[in-house]
Amino acid sequence: MDYKNILEKLPYSTPFLFVDELLKVNEISAEGIYTFPEDSFFYIGHFKNNPVTPGVILTECMAQIGVVCLGIFLLENENSDSKNIKLALSSSEVDFYLPVFPGETVKVVSEKLFYRFNKLKCEVRMYSKEDKLICRGKIAGMIKNELA
Amino acid sequence: MKEKEILNAIKKIVTPYTQRQEGLEDFSEETDFIKDLEVNSANLVDVILDVEDEFNIEIDNESMEGMLTVGDAKNIIEQKLASA
Repeated sequence: MDYKNILEKLPYSTPFLFVDELLKVNEISAEGIYTFPEDSFFYIGHFKNNPVTPGVILTECMAQIGVVCLGIFLLENENSDSKNIKLALSSSEVDFYLPVFPGETVKVVSEKLFYRFNKLKCEVRMYSKEDKLICRGKIAGMIKNELA
Repeated sequence: MKEKEILNAIKKIVTPYTQRQEGLEDFSEETDFIKDLEVNSANLVDVILDVEDEFNIEIDNESMEGMLTVGDAKNIIEQKLASA
């Protein structure tokens, strides 16, 4: 299975899709990149006349690449065709170190802590183009195939 | 391991994940993790992983699905300990 297949199964679309490309996905880790378009909707209000990417959006980007893409890989690896993926974020604990400005490209690196009983928990880090740490934390979600 | 010790250990494990504190006050074998303690499904997985660590056992998917109450959990722990 190629990574395009994973991207096609992501249940998000603009303006809430925060994955451009996957660089690596395997049983224990995932890596991907995203460029925040300068005209992203949240820059209008965060902040007034001073656009900075909100932490919740950085967390979402980390969750989409680091937990959801990895989770889809693990589901596909397990067995079935994952047509109706049901997702829920269950916890996130993130520390932030650097701001991300409009137009910046970030890389997300995720390592699986555990995947048991439909719960996937990962240690996730986000880096700038210069390989500086932007934020890191632990994110967990529930993921499963809903049989129609 | 005595039944009481197992129940106490389960109570200790589930306490940080419990939303409904009254459920802990009348904690018994009939206590339902989701209905009485209002543990969410993601934290129920944490409870099971903590149980595995505490008792050094492995809980499979089938056992997990049958773990609705504290008594169910106790029975599964006893079975696993006996067959270990």
